[in-house]
Amino acid sequence: MTCLPSHTDKKLGLVVDLDTCVGCQACVTACKEWNTGGHMAPLTDIDPYGGHVDGVWFNRVHSYEHTTELGGRTVNFPRSCLHCETPACVTVCPTGASYKRASDGIVLIDEDKCIGCKLCSWACPYGAREFDTDVGVMKKCTLCVDRIYNDNLAEEDRVPACVAACPTSARHFGDLGDPASAISQLVEERGGVALMPELGYKPTNRYLPPRARSERAAKVDAPALEPIRAEGGFLGWIDRMLSN
Amino acid sequence: MHPAFSVVFFTTATGAGYGLLALLGLLGGFGVIPADFWLGLVGMALALGLIAAGLLSSTGHLGRPERAWRAFSQWRSSWLSREGVASVATFIPAALFGVGWVFLGRNGGWVAVAGLLAAAGALVTTCTTGMIYASLKPIAQWHSRYTLPAYLIFAAMTGSVLGNALFQCFGAASTTVLIGGLLATLAGWGWKLATWNYNDRLEIPTTANTATGLVGGTVRSIEWPHTEENYLLKEMGFSIARKHSAKLRRVTQALAFAAPAFLLVIAFFLPWPLGVIASVLAALAQLTGMLVERWLFFAEAKHTVALYYGR
Repeated sequence: MTCLPSHTDKKLGLVVDLDTCVGCQACVTACKEWNTGGHMAPLTDIDPYGGHVDGVWFNRVHSYEHTTELGGRTVNFPRSCLHCETPACVTVCPTGASYKRASDGIVLIDEDKCIGCKLCSWACPYGAREFDTDVGVMKKCTLCVDRIYNDNLAEEDRVPACVAACPTSARHFGDLGDPASAISQLVEERGGVALMPELGYKPTNRYLPPRARSERAAKVDAPALEPIRAEGGFLGWIDRMLSN
Repeated sequence: MHPAFSVVFFTTATGAGYGLLALLGLLGGFGVIPADFWLGLVGMALALGLIAAGLLSSTGHLGRPERAWRAFSQWRSSWLSREGVASVATFIPAALFGVGWVFLGRNGGWVAVAGLLAAAGALVTTCTTGMIYASLKPIAQWHSRYTLPAYLIFAAMTGSVLGNALFQCFGAASTTVLIGGLLATLAGWGWKLATWNYNDRLEIPTTANTATGLVGGTVRSIEWPHTEENYLLKEMGFSIARKHSAKLRRVTQALAFAAPAFLLVIAFFLPWPLGVIASVLAALAQLTGMLVERWLFFAEAKHTVALYYGR
């Protein structure tokens, strides 16, 4: 049923720390590795060794240059499904394939009902949904629904693959609906933000903005580069001849 | 947005088909156009043929067309599902009207009721098509008050210009339909100009800043997550050069509005058979022009996901 639940018991989601993300792509490959055999399997690759590589990924890391009056900085930006509270990707679905779970708020697709009309990907402002041209259905992040409740895994491993893989702990998982949870307190403490709040999708995931610059860092001015001297003599003449 | 031909053709063809169906249902059902077997047969075949061809074309872009029947189930929340239900439901009164008006040569009574219901179905279906686009918030050019009326005006316009050509061909020329087609064409032209004007001045609150949550300054994409175009860029990252867009807007205006309006004025004054030729040319020019208009409707629409890629 593509009508949204009026209330979800939990609001499970991710918090991404843009301050500590180094853009290493470990979360991207861990996600691909787990999910190509998981709930939404396979994450098809098209022409993986050819000139027009394409394929389905649930998590993609962009890099931006954020320039303000204080200067410029590189911000690595992981982008995946935000498991919105009012996801239009679900309500536009004509078949009932897309749904939002009332128990934990995770947005999922029933691949057996999907007709591949792609309208949900048009309705998602964040580009979270990717069409699998090989299978003919839409695919998206499951918040590793097959890990987080998986009794076969050790308790510390019952987190999404991207969170488990992150070497700088820039990714956090938890219940954002519970103000007392560690993840909610982290958002509170660091002033976590929602993406494109003006569109009214009420995303669950939050992004922690890069911390303010520190004045404590050592300032070592590099010496100015010297202009290249024109080489003279016989060796210089050889060099110029060979360079032509 | 990527202008897939299947969807461009689908919305243009069904718009004209539903416009013509509504025209025949109202004028035929209430006896304004007398029942005539060949006129009725060709007219209903044209209207229902355009609708069926459009709907088939739209299933052509599905990943799993064999499951298309599932799309009738979620009418409570989905405009696409509502469109599916309304389009199929409209075939019922349309078929009854066709039997009564074309094969039994009747009008009034139950045939008029069926014609009226077919016209209402055409109206509702066209509304649902318009709402599919108008309800999409990530595409500011579509999520505006111009989108739904555009679908209705263009359906009435192409339907009546096509109907005028049909009536002229069968010697049943109606001045009302001709003038109606002319006025609808002028209204369509005005609406399209107003829409372009609105879209060109659009100030979209969603920026690379709000998309990334980075406050202030400029956010410049320095590296994509992938080297080749992925699904998102192929489907939603389509962008058209401004000079091409300006040229295609002129082509749209010439073919969809200016030429048909001029030809309809000529048809009003010219005797048979020149009036017939002008009317048919008007319909052909307009349908071709509307394909260009619909292509531009997609090509000029910008999805917010493009912001993540610095487009």
